[in-house]
Amino acid sequence: MARNPFFRLLGCGIAAFLGILAGATASAAESPRAIIVRAILAPTPAQKREIIGSLAGQGDEVIRDLFTNWRQDNLFIYTAPDGIKIPVELTGDKDAQGTQAAVRVDSGAPLTDSAGHSLRLASSSLVAVEHDAALRRSMKAVVDLLDLGSPILAKRLRAIQTLGGSQNPDKLPVLLSRLQGETDGKARLALHQAVALIQLADPNDEVKLKGLETLRELHSSATFDLITAARAKAATASKSAVVAAADAALAAIERHRSFVNFAGTLFRGISAGSILLVVALGLAITFGLMGVINMAHGEMITVGAYATYITQNVFGDGMNFTLPFVKFAIHLPGMHLTGWEYQCYFLASIPAGFISAALVGIALERSIIRFLYRRPLESLLATWGVSLILQQLFKLTFGSNNVNVDSPVYLSSNWTIFDVTLDWNRVFVVGFAAMIVLGVWLVLTRTPLGLLIRCVMQNRTMASCMGVRTERVNMLTFGLGSGLAGLAGVFVTQLGTVGPSMGQEYIVDSFMTVVVGGVGSIFGTVVSAVGIGLADQSLQQILLNPVLGKILVLAAIILFLQWRPTGLFAARSRSLD
Amino acid sequence: MATHRAVCRPQPKPRLTSILRLTHRMSPAVPGQSLFRSRHFEFTVVALFLVVLGGVLPVLNVQGLLSDYTITLWGKYLCYALLAISVDLLWGYTGLLSLGQALFFSLGGYMFGMYLMLLIGPLGSYAKAGQNPAGLPDFMVFLGHTFLPPFWRPFHSFGFAVLMVFAVPGLLALIFGFLAFRSRIKGVYFSILTQALTYGAALLFFRNDTTMGGNNGFTDFKFILSYSLVDKVTGPATMRGLFVASAAALLLVSLGCYWVNGTKFGLVRKAIRDSENRVLFSGYATADYKLFVFVAAAMIAGVGGALFVPQAGIINPDQMTPEKSIEPVVWVAVGGRGTLIGPIIGAIGVNALRSWATHAYPDSWLIILGGLFIVVVLFLPGGIVSIPGRLAALRRKTGAAEPEPETVAPAAIKS
Repeated sequence: MARNPFFRLLGCGIAAFLGILAGATASAAESPRAIIVRAILAPTPAQKREIIGSLAGQGDEVIRDLFTNWRQDNLFIYTAPDGIKIPVELTGDKDAQGTQAAVRVDSGAPLTDSAGHSLRLASSSLVAVEHDAALRRSMKAVVDLLDLGSPILAKRLRAIQTLGGSQNPDKLPVLLSRLQGETDGKARLALHQAVALIQLADPNDEVKLKGLETLRELHSSATFDLITAARAKAATASKSAVVAAADAALAAIERHRSFVNFAGTLFRGISAGSILLVVALGLAITFGLMGVINMAHGEMITVGAYATYITQNVFGDGMNFTLPFVKFAIHLPGMHLTGWEYQCYFLASIPAGFISAALVGIALERSIIRFLYRRPLESLLATWGVSLILQQLFKLTFGSNNVNVDSPVYLSSNWTIFDVTLDWNRVFVVGFAAMIVLGVWLVLTRTPLGLLIRCVMQNRTMASCMGVRTERVNMLTFGLGSGLAGLAGVFVTQLGTVGPSMGQEYIVDSFMTVVVGGVGSIFGTVVSAVGIGLADQSLQQILLNPVLGKILVLAAIILFLQWRPTGLFAARSRSLD
Repeated sequence: MATHRAVCRPQPKPRLTSILRLTHRMSPAVPGQSLFRSRHFEFTVVALFLVVLGGVLPVLNVQGLLSDYTITLWGKYLCYALLAISVDLLWGYTGLLSLGQALFFSLGGYMFGMYLMLLIGPLGSYAKAGQNPAGLPDFMVFLGHTFLPPFWRPFHSFGFAVLMVFAVPGLLALIFGFLAFRSRIKGVYFSILTQALTYGAALLFFRNDTTMGGNNGFTDFKFILSYSLVDKVTGPATMRGLFVASAAALLLVSLGCYWVNGTKFGLVRKAIRDSENRVLFSGYATADYKLFVFVAAAMIAGVGGALFVPQAGIINPDQMTPEKSIEPVVWVAVGGRGTLIGPIIGAIGVNALRSWATHAYPDSWLIILGGLFIVVVLFLPGGIVSIPGRLAALRRKTGAAEPEPETVAPAAIKS
């Protein structure tokens, strides 16, 4: 078709028409490309600089690319046969003749000859577009401001902060013009802050005071150092008004900082307490209600965590593993889900974790623990043996390294409220702990099973005489407690590592929680978990040392038991031992 | 509690034997059922075994019939036996399951290790490079210390270090035990609290700021007094000496236990194990008895640790984790708690099994250990030493169809 002269003519006509059209729109609002072409073709360096300077504040990424090429001598001036100078960019690989594909700077389209063929040009036959140091500086200034107009909020914020931090008064007009068009609240705040910081560097005291007033209202801790520096300068120049304003701003920042620290510690304490609560709640049932010291409780948590890991793989690409000793290879086919369907794996792993841990717990109860109800110390030892075996089995099945469990998107972000960061996974744990407590309470007080559990725990022999099948109730209670540990395991995948020995990290803490809360009291467990979590986090905040804080908490618990040997909310009983 | 002691103490006290007779029937798991009918005979066997072991093994080593490695290995077994006896004193005889004995063992080891570390400071690589004028242990120079922390200074003296081997575990046990027994923390609560204590201490020792070597602990010892530990010629002799010292310490501790078991104190202790309330209501200050045993057991464990460190050549916080604290309990359970010979058999047997299994079946060792625990707890509450008695009872039962009240089959215990 291209060989037909008629069509060729037609093609030229359309191209010319499009060219006219492009010219028309360019004159209406000149595109960055057109401006750059104008700059390239401008006769004097001063004019070039001026034209480039007019690009400041634009957010088009094309500017960055073209300027980079310009600086790296990749822009050339092609003189068409009719004498028109066309700035071009050479791209792609060189061929045997050393020619490359030429792209027009003004449109970004391939350079064509009058016949519509794409042209290939050799860089050696062309004149590179010149640039001097001053020109490169003004290009850099434009590129620096480029992010300011970026459609991506994070980029825009970073650019604004950098500008504010540099305190360069030349940038003030650009910032002020951005402030006109900016609609995003965060970016507006950042712009105000940047403007205020530039005002702070102004030699005029009036402007300085205005800036400080704004900074005081914004009380962002990022500005602390700059204000301190400005205050020192003002103090040496003995300008008391500025010093006073700076002090006010600093005090406001300090107040805000301590508030953020306090709120952050409070939140971290509550979330740490919630993790502890979720972990200890299962123990509150097996240990507190049944009196069984289950040292393998930590491994029930691991079961829940690995159940999450397996669920994730089933939702993803499937997995293979071999059962140790019997050498039985298991292949779990994957569902190859992506996007939000894959993200749902975490929701599916909640019941999976509960059920798998409950089943392991029931198996443990049937095979070992039911023989040891009257011998708590021995149940401690036997379950410790179980814990060793399970840990080793996990190691042999899943490897001794930690496995990777993804965070679903709905748990991996955070809210920032008044500069206090609330991680979604932590918020979720808090909410979930509350739900589990409510659930356990409902099960224990509002269901027939709960009634049976309570009566068997109060007096096993009497319950048995009344026709309660105590064996079955024991089994179900232990399953419930273990299942709760499995739920805890599902959640700690989002907060800690998942490995064969992960359960050991939680076992001492959760036993302490139950003992402090008062054995047999779910409510006591809640109070003590949140209390220990808060104490732990605040001590960490005060001592700036997590280990020392933990040791102090343990010491405090031992001393606390002096005062209340049976815990916070002990079940009253007249029986001895 | 104090008023109770003052007001309720009956005059005169009921005879101990009657208390024991009553409580013995309630005893749930029949500990102390030994291979030997007579405890005198049992002690004789233990003493003979230790004397022969302590005498024969070094001679065989000198003759070249036994490797240096084996001597050190058996020396470590004997130290473990000391640790096991300390667990047995508490658990088997007094009914207190302490999960903190590894802590006391390690503390004893650390105290003695401090002395050993100060000997090698001037020989370390920093001192050779001229960067360690004060002769600090290498790890301190590495952490940027320029002078010895004050509490380290007295450890230049061997005598002081030995004193501390007793004093530090003893003092910690005294404070902790006083607080725990005063508020009548017992049973599993006591176990959990001692476990928490051990956990906290391990966290503390893992820190570099504690100036106890962080997670590397102490190692690379070269001298004890003026005897070399590593020299090709004199090293084995030192190791033989340490081996004999371990055997002697174990013998002394066994003698002490044997003697205490024959006293009234030993009887009260057993009564506390079997029914503490009954003893309490009979006017005995059980807390004081328990405190005494707890402190003594801590010191025994400390001595075991102190003898262990030069023979093992290393001490680090891994030795005082809660898991390490439960292990000696396995040894005692396997050997037979409440007996003199049980913990020794258990400590040597399980550790020999470990030495073999970690080479032969490295993947399965923990499973074997865990399985051993379950089997012993479920089917053999009296440990290995109760096997002959049980077999005899079984034979009597099948022969004469006469029920034997003392052997309770596990199936009968379930609720």
